[in-house]
Amino acid sequence: MTARRATAEPRWVRLLLTAVALGFLFLFLVLPLIAVFWEAFAQGAQAYWEALKDSEARSAMLLTLTIAALVLPFNIAFGVAAAWAIAKFEFRGKSLLTTLIDLPFAVSPVVAGLIFIILFGAQGFFGSWLAANDIKIIFALPGMLLATLFVTFPFVARELIPLMQAQGRDEEEAAISLGASGWQMFWRVTLPNIKWGLMYGVILANARAMGEFGAVSVVSGHIRGETNTLPLHVEILYNEYNQIGAFAAATVLAFLGLVTLVAKTVVEWRMRKETEMLTADLPPEKTELPPIAATEHP
Amino acid sequence: MSIEIRNISKRFGNFVALDNLSLDIPTGELVALLGPSGCGKTTLLRIIAGMETPDAGSVLFGGQEATHIHARERQVGFVFQHYALFRHMSVFENVAFGLRVRPRKDRPSEAEIRERVMGLLKLVQLDWLAPRYPSQLSGGQRQRIALARALAVEPKVLLLDEPFGALDTKVRKELRRWLRRLHDEMHISSVFVTHDQEEALEVADRVVVMNRGHIEQIGSPDEVYSSPASPFVYQFLGNVNVFHSRLHGAWAEVEREGEEPGSASIAFVRPHDIELDVAPLKGGMTAGVLHVHRIGPVVRVELEHDGETIEVELTRERAASLDLSVGKTVWIKPRQAKVFAAEAAGPTARQPFLF
Repeated sequence: MTARRATAEPRWVRLLLTAVALGFLFLFLVLPLIAVFWEAFAQGAQAYWEALKDSEARSAMLLTLTIAALVLPFNIAFGVAAAWAIAKFEFRGKSLLTTLIDLPFAVSPVVAGLIFIILFGAQGFFGSWLAANDIKIIFALPGMLLATLFVTFPFVARELIPLMQAQGRDEEEAAISLGASGWQMFWRVTLPNIKWGLMYGVILANARAMGEFGAVSVVSGHIRGETNTLPLHVEILYNEYNQIGAFAAATVLAFLGLVTLVAKTVVEWRMRKETEMLTADLPPEKTELPPIAATEHP
Repeated sequence: MSIEIRNISKRFGNFVALDNLSLDIPTGELVALLGPSGCGKTTLLRIIAGMETPDAGSVLFGGQEATHIHARERQVGFVFQHYALFRHMSVFENVAFGLRVRPRKDRPSEAEIRERVMGLLKLVQLDWLAPRYPSQLSGGQRQRIALARALAVEPKVLLLDEPFGALDTKVRKELRRWLRRLHDEMHISSVFVTHDQEEALEVADRVVVMNRGHIEQIGSPDEVYSSPASPFVYQFLGNVNVFHSRLHGAWAEVEREGEEPGSASIAFVRPHDIELDVAPLKGGMTAGVLHVHRIGPVVRVELEHDGETIEVELTRERAASLDLSVGKTVWIKPRQAKVFAAEAAGPTARQPFLF
């Protein structure tokens, strides 16, 4: 019998665990992905392109990208501000704020959508005022933006809070004591230190914004060519037994998912590289200090 | 520039960090704020820098009210314990930072910045590291860069928060002597915080011993060591044997002048201020040897007298000539002792050598 480490599991256990993990991965990730593309191309590439070139499909894609792009700056602003407040200051209600940031993860997206209906819907709190002033929120772009914001705002903050807590306040205080203004401190010290974490949070938030179904579905009203995002479009086509159209649109979503995955991996790799750089082996300490030359006084 | 601190108080919740504290730091002095952790020394330094706001009291720079001047306008150089170098900037850019963030009209030209930064890097003898990043430097190098960065804005006051705390012993000793020489070159007031008594005694012109938010003693390093003003200072600076009166046979006569007979007193004796001999000493008392520790240049002898432990420090030569061994009976006698009223020693007298 060959020697093996005392802590190693028997071979059959390792094989079993690997097989289970890979089996799940295949069944729940790879197989569905193949199925999506298989169905989309079931009647050939021509039919696939026709389905994608359909004006409603194109407007759904455009709307999805528009929402993602519009939500992004709000997510960045809120995420950075919240993370900064939580990581760098002590104040009353800090733990409450930390808990509230996680609320969208805990609440069902459908409930989130309903909240906006209750607030801004025709029979909602502000409904009559909005109607009187001819402002459309529900069943229009603003409502969909609000719903998407609600489900995506934790991502950036969650990514930045531990990062900023680990980095502490020293560098910012150093910048201030060297005469930097608040803006200079933020642009020159804070932002460069958090940029990869911020990027990571943005990618996650973006993926969620493009793929969100529940909350957006409640407030969109499913007006074709107007308030249909890509995930809603997929559902509508599928319900109409338009297999090719539904799966063609789904491939676009799957493609966006793959792009997200690649971007996420690249950012993770950069982050790891940077932390490795920070913990790199130090050169040996040079303890011999020659005397200070008086003439070199600045 | 001189610094005056007037009746400063600062609380954090229920914790009193600084309690009505006043301190004058004359121009050009290197002052050490020395005390155990939690004594308020770092809070005081941060208040001088403008990074904390005092609850009461005022800070004056060169006689001018500075309490409400923002940290960025105080012209104070601050050096952090963990360096706080900007990790994504090269060493050169770190030092140049203070010049680059100046308003356009005060900002030096690129050539001037370059000249100034390289001059400072030469001053800290690290000009060859200019293109590197902080992560590529050793601790001692990082702290010298942090110092160069603080000096780049030509501060009127240099503040250092435990500047050598994160370095290993050898580098620390080298760097603090170097800081002393640098200070003598720069002619600015410097204040540094430390909990290391050796560091404070070696580097500073004056030592401010702090405890529980107030100042116990201010004096030259020699003064605070040889004539401590309070039991706390005695115990904090160096090892000490503590004797409660009336407990120690021949030594029980420790009662202060002008004190009513019978009031409790405590005598402090440094381990190197106790005479030890194998032959009887006049006015001495006997003790048994418990342990003999040879620690570098000194030999520390633990003695047992009447159920209590007494520490004595001897030179190697003296210890060798006495030929001490465990269990031997010796005679001891204090060369000098300092006596405080027991209540003055009060709650602060919780130190390892209290019997």
